[in-house]
Amino acid sequence: MWTLLHKLASPPHFYALAARLTPWLGAAGLAAILYGTFAGLFLAPADYQQGDAFRIIYVHVPAAYLSMLGYVVMAVAAGIGLIWRMKLAHAVAASAAPLGAWFTFLALLTGSIWGRPMWGTWWEWGDPRLTSELILLFLYFGYLALRAAIDETARADRASAVLALVGLVNVPIIHFSVEWWSSLHQGPTLIREGGPAITGSMLWPLLANLGGFSLVFAALLIDRVRGEVLLRERRARWVRRLMYPEASETP
Amino acid sequence: MSTAAGPPLPSLTHGFLAVARRDLVLGWRRPGDVLNPLFFYVIVATLFPLALGADAAALALIGPGVLWVAALLATLLSLNSLFLADHEDGSLEQLLLSAQPLPLLALAKAGAHWLLGGVPLVLVAPVAAYSYGLSAGAIRVLMLTLALGTASLSLLGSVGAALTVGLNRATALLGLLVLPLAIPILIFGARTVSLAAAGDAAAGGIYFLAAYCVLALVLAPFAAAAALRIAAE
Amino acid sequence: MIETLSMGGYGAYVWTAYAATFVVLAVCAVQARRRHRRIVREIRIRLKAAETAK
Repeated sequence: MWTLLHKLASPPHFYALAARLTPWLGAAGLAAILYGTFAGLFLAPADYQQGDAFRIIYVHVPAAYLSMLGYVVMAVAAGIGLIWRMKLAHAVAASAAPLGAWFTFLALLTGSIWGRPMWGTWWEWGDPRLTSELILLFLYFGYLALRAAIDETARADRASAVLALVGLVNVPIIHFSVEWWSSLHQGPTLIREGGPAITGSMLWPLLANLGGFSLVFAALLIDRVRGEVLLRERRARWVRRLMYPEASETP
Repeated sequence: MSTAAGPPLPSLTHGFLAVARRDLVLGWRRPGDVLNPLFFYVIVATLFPLALGADAAALALIGPGVLWVAALLATLLSLNSLFLADHEDGSLEQLLLSAQPLPLLALAKAGAHWLLGGVPLVLVAPVAAYSYGLSAGAIRVLMLTLALGTASLSLLGSVGAALTVGLNRATALLGLLVLPLAIPILIFGARTVSLAAAGDAAAGGIYFLAAYCVLALVLAPFAAAAALRIAAE
Repeated sequence: MIETLSMGGYGAYVWTAYAATFVVLAVCAVQARRRHRRIVREIRIRLKAAETAK
């Protein structure tokens, strides 16, 4: 097993494996999203209180979930890169950041669009979950800004890793903030005492979209990592052989 | 054990106090560094009453928020120089080479920063709060929350300062890095003062700020030390 | 059909949200591909230059 992991961590093997993996992940994800979206929009019955507007949940919840998962992936990868000095881990962290930021933006946007007809407001400054999600977006921006400000890749990797780990404290606060402070935002839908709050034909599209978006996220991430690995290893011999096989092999 | 009979290593307390004392003495010799953020604080806090006129109700409403935002900005101003002078004159490298554990020294620097920045801010706060008509109880809560909040900010700020030491446009970047983690402090600090001004119990918010401070106290020195080593490579 | 599209009056909100989601996904995918292509192109150019310089 360790040889397999070791092999995976080696850039040329990862590069080849990722190329084969991404299409499958992407296709599977899109299929799940297709079902989830269709079922969510047309098959699930309208909500008793919110009517058809509640259907935004099928894109909002996956976006919010992945915004947080993306940060965790980024921070964990950065931590692994920092502690075990794995270059691939740093590449994963660097690639997860822009994706996570996009999903955070999406979560805020869809949430705001959902909030307007439901609560009568595009935004609520007093709400801890909205605030925490906004803070998450700022954390992503900070991470990206720090990376951009440091020229040498090694220092950028390690400094941003420290930053990501420090910010990781924020992620549980987002999830539990609803219980700690009175809030306009509804309580957690899935992970709560007493089981999920929605059931049956309303639940399945949500689960499908959660899974589908996660797979698509993974595909997007791995694709980005491929490019990142290529960029970092551009002077290595395996890259030379791959990109320009016609070249003569002079040492 | 070592066979060389050199002088015994200085104790941890000695190292901690030496670094802290150095920063305090430097701050004492350059009062501008200490006074500037304070003046900034008082001026900003005074701007709002000037702009809004003598509308007591409006001022009482925004008072806690303004006083807290101004404190945050004033602290951010002073954070950039936390490691900058040491970086420029080479003392930072000496700190890194020292036999003392680096997190301890980072904690000493953050502590000195708080004594030079946060504590004066807390003492000046009643003056700034005067124009907002806050009750004595609210002002007490203001001072307590500011004391805890500025301590957390000095600690978080030391991490941000360590990450950005020597970089171009470090000030703006430092603000961006520290601000997200400082927002919970701001929210709880300002809201707790508002609650106190309305006569409600402020204990919950104070406990939160204290907990946040303890968390920062435990984690920030290690993060700052790691960041300093990374910056020095 | 129209009933479904109007989503009980909330159509504008629901469809905007879904559209935004898929647009963002598409942007991310396209961005990654273009970046990869750019990197490959630049590497090839550099390698070719080094080769002809030999």
